[in-house]
Amino acid sequence: MSLSRLLKATALSAALALLPLSTAAFADEQFFPLQSYRVGPYAAGGTGFFGGFIDYLNLINIRDGGVNGVKLTWDEGETQYEVEKGVEVYERFKNHPGIATWNPLSVGIAYALIDRVTADKVPLLTINHGRTDSTDGRVFKYIFPLLLNPYSETSGIINYLGTKEGGLDKLKGKKIVVLYHGSPYGKETIPIYELLAKKYGFEVQQIEVPHPGNEQQAQWLTIRRAKPDYVVLRGWGVMNPVALKTAQKTGFPADRIIGNVWSNSEEDVIPAGDAAKGYTAITTQASGAQYPVLQEIQKVVYDAGKGNLEDKKRIGSVYHNLGVVNGILNVEAIRIAQEKFGKRTLTGDEVRWGLEHLKLDPARVEALGAKGLFHSINVTWDNHEGDGLVTFQQWDGSKWNVVSDWIAPDWALLRPIIEKSSEAYAKEHNIPLRTAADADQVTN
Amino acid sequence: MSISVTPSIERSLPRAAIGGLTVAAILFIAFVVLPSVGSDYLFEAILTPFLALALAGVGLNLLTGYAGQVSLGSAAFMAVGAFAAYNFNLRVPELPFLVSIVLAGLTAAGIGLIFGLPSLRLRGFYLAVSTLAAQFFVQWALTKFGWFSNDNPSGIINAPPLKIASVTFDTAVGRYLFSLGIVTVLTFLAWRLTRAQTGRNFIAVRDNQTAARVIGVPVLRTKLLAFAVSSFIIGVAGVLWAFAYLRTVEPAGFNLDRSFQILFIIIIGGLASIRGAFLGAGFIVVFPLLLSRLGGELLGGIVDSGVVEMSQRIVIGALIILFLIAEPKGLAELGRRAARRLGGRPT
Amino acid sequence: MEDVQFFIEVLVGGLLSGVMYSLVAIGFVLIYKTSGVLNFAQGALLLFAALTFVSLHERGVPFWASIGLTLVLLAILGTLIERVVLRPLVNQPPITLFLATLGLSYVIEGGAQLLWGTQVHGLDLGIDDVPFEVGGVLISSFDLFAAATAALMVALITLFFRYTRIGLAFRAVADDPFAALAVGLRLTRIWAIVWTASGVVALVAGLLWGARLGVQFSLSLVVLKALPVLVLGGFDSIAGAIIGGLLVGATEKLAEVYIGPFLGGGIESWFAYVVALAFLLVRPSGLFGQKLVERV
Repeated sequence: MSLSRLLKATALSAALALLPLSTAAFADEQFFPLQSYRVGPYAAGGTGFFGGFIDYLNLINIRDGGVNGVKLTWDEGETQYEVEKGVEVYERFKNHPGIATWNPLSVGIAYALIDRVTADKVPLLTINHGRTDSTDGRVFKYIFPLLLNPYSETSGIINYLGTKEGGLDKLKGKKIVVLYHGSPYGKETIPIYELLAKKYGFEVQQIEVPHPGNEQQAQWLTIRRAKPDYVVLRGWGVMNPVALKTAQKTGFPADRIIGNVWSNSEEDVIPAGDAAKGYTAITTQASGAQYPVLQEIQKVVYDAGKGNLEDKKRIGSVYHNLGVVNGILNVEAIRIAQEKFGKRTLTGDEVRWGLEHLKLDPARVEALGAKGLFHSINVTWDNHEGDGLVTFQQWDGSKWNVVSDWIAPDWALLRPIIEKSSEAYAKEHNIPLRTAADADQVTN
Repeated sequence: MSISVTPSIERSLPRAAIGGLTVAAILFIAFVVLPSVGSDYLFEAILTPFLALALAGVGLNLLTGYAGQVSLGSAAFMAVGAFAAYNFNLRVPELPFLVSIVLAGLTAAGIGLIFGLPSLRLRGFYLAVSTLAAQFFVQWALTKFGWFSNDNPSGIINAPPLKIASVTFDTAVGRYLFSLGIVTVLTFLAWRLTRAQTGRNFIAVRDNQTAARVIGVPVLRTKLLAFAVSSFIIGVAGVLWAFAYLRTVEPAGFNLDRSFQILFIIIIGGLASIRGAFLGAGFIVVFPLLLSRLGGELLGGIVDSGVVEMSQRIVIGALIILFLIAEPKGLAELGRRAARRLGGRPT
Repeated sequence: MEDVQFFIEVLVGGLLSGVMYSLVAIGFVLIYKTSGVLNFAQGALLLFAALTFVSLHERGVPFWASIGLTLVLLAILGTLIERVVLRPLVNQPPITLFLATLGLSYVIEGGAQLLWGTQVHGLDLGIDDVPFEVGGVLISSFDLFAAATAALMVALITLFFRYTRIGLAFRAVADDPFAALAVGLRLTRIWAIVWTASGVVALVAGLLWGARLGVQFSLSLVVLKALPVLVLGGFDSIAGAIIGGLLVGATEKLAEVYIGPFLGGGIESWFAYVVALAFLLVRPSGLFGQKLVERV
């Protein structure tokens, strides 16, 4: 009995295992396996990001017929933001031919994939987030925390507060409270805030909000007593609107609260209603649908009924634009790699080479119709972040408005810390440090 | 009832033999046949998580199914196991990996013992809710103190490779076989335990504490023992989950949902049944995959994947209710009945 | 002086947060009293209620009409739950019923999101949350409103159970279901009504919590805040739920502010459970819970 059951289960699993092969790609196609999350607690972010990504891929296919004739294809596997589901989706798709990159938009899933993508030689993109020390391309050959890693984010926020006060030297004697989510993600930047506080002479107090963060009375009363000049919100999910609401309740003005990249979307402020008016948050990609590339997506993709977002009002929202930028970076990396390897389906390692030569200066960004959407990027074999600039947006009750110039984080200060961490990782895992020569060696 | 006693005794010997043969056949398939025919996907995405969760199910079944103490904190003990193994391995590199695993299990057992203390005084829901303290406290402590994750800035650790002596299990099949070996040994021990006096004590405490005390069962010690043994097994399951399956360890992965998942495994599989844990785990691992894949294939064009996933949640919830109503004893009983019907047929 | 003020502020804030926990806990108590079930689906019910209300309201249905429609839906849901889940499970051990409500919470959560989508909604009840000061102590007007609502609701529930026929029947069932059956009370109808009533409580709690968190998936997580309250107050006492809520709210906030810094903060997630646990070791059935009588 158990035997027949097991046999049945085996046959079933075998059938499952065979399924991925039945969708084998042909000719010139570049495939994007998407570990998307459209349900569960974080569905709003997932639908926006993956919607934007798919919209851009669609734009390239419809308008340009793909990248130099190579069609872009994709398939989605739902993860609900859960690590084990992400792993399952990885295993399901990993043998698909012509995989370009993985883009999970989840720190947990990204971590679980580091070993796997390295063994399979396919790049893993963690735009705006991810493991900080994977910036060091000497150690993490296939991991790309594009545009902004958590440390740079921290530095960018402090630099912004500096410009707001009229110079970084004016931060001296100021008091900043960092309210962070009680998770590894939330704690990651604690030492960096301490470091910057020492460097610029401001006082920093870091307060934890336990997950999920639906109760913050105690934290905000403590903040009220501390009377800080600014509160940095390093939040996540429901913690963000509750923070803004509780701030209002305890009389702390919203325009002195600065959000990080996981606290910067419409979903974070809309539930807080009026309490969010004046709240400012960091971003690598400005929101709004006025940029030419988004106009084209509307015209070419949505007007043809192929748009991915159910609600067209969300075109140009923070997560949607992040997805679009992610699409641009992917497509341009492929384009650059094609220049070298030929206009055909590339291997993962060839795309990795393309990413390591991904240089988009402001002129190129403008040509792509993304001027003002994001600034520029310059990824090299040893700098996998690519010197992304950040800007700050303020919520006016109905939309985000850019309120700062493009600001550069203090990369020179952070690099040694990152290298220390990545070298420790390399030692622990017996990974030899790469050299510039290694970057040009590409396997098929 | 009494009429059927005699024949069942008569038949009990051959049945035990058949049972032994079945187990042997399953083991043969699992150890020999599958590794030579299965694909990476089968091992990495289905069988390895299945083994880890089944083992956790066996552990929880000892506590809940046999000893009658409901715990909502299983995931916490998995986390303790995973982090303990990581730290033993990291800080005492001379230790063979297997020893690290045993020590990790013992650590989980120790923590389990502490959080089992309320069971000496609390019953039913009061106890169930108090095990949530373990769930939240452990997760908090593991996140809070960087030492547990070797002060890794992001608090997430990469698992070291699995190693016994000088053999490294770093392929999909290797990790599967490693897990399978551990699961087989522990399951056998758990099965022995349920057949021994300890197992009978567990059941006595579950069925009627007062009566158990009257016949001389040390109730308090039995309860604590149940917590310790169960946590040991669940802790090792946590090691497998983190090291063999995900290959990364983060506290968030061992949340309340995971605890519920393990609880579902033993309900659907069957309480107080070792086999039930495996059937339940198979169901919980394979069924959602199947549902989402089939749903995706059949309805993919018509409705978006979100709707499919949402329906999947509803279906799983409904199935749990259905099982509780129609077959409270779970898949194991369903199987037993099917077997009886087959066996009862004149040949 | 300032320290005293701060202490009072934290205390008051904690007590008012506690009221919010009690609101959720009361829904549990209603069901536990009549059917002996720890209804884990209460959080899902709360999400369903709030999401239904908000979605209707956003589609242009007037405020009170949305409330009315949501109540109708909750009544239907309550009846369905009784018919489909509880009735077939009658006479099963409590733990089976508890697990069934876990399954139920999956169904309700999935259903609510399938019906209304996964978008995050804002909810404005029209109460300005501007704080005011009393003797240097900051008090939130929204929290006061929530407390008043809770008080009103408890009063209504008490009146309902004291003075209506259904209420009397409810108490009879709570006291002794077999005797109630014997005198001809229809258990199934009472269950359906009680589930509807706890749906109403869920709607009130859902609206108040929703105004704070936004109406979204995480709303169902507020049950985790209510569980230690129940343990502390006893699963079957409304008074216990209220006092338990106040106690949990106050100790949790005071602990976070005064003990938290020594442990690195963020201890709220488990502190309430530890308090409840320590308390239980002294009184195994909570503050007001009925003593468990062990029948052999």
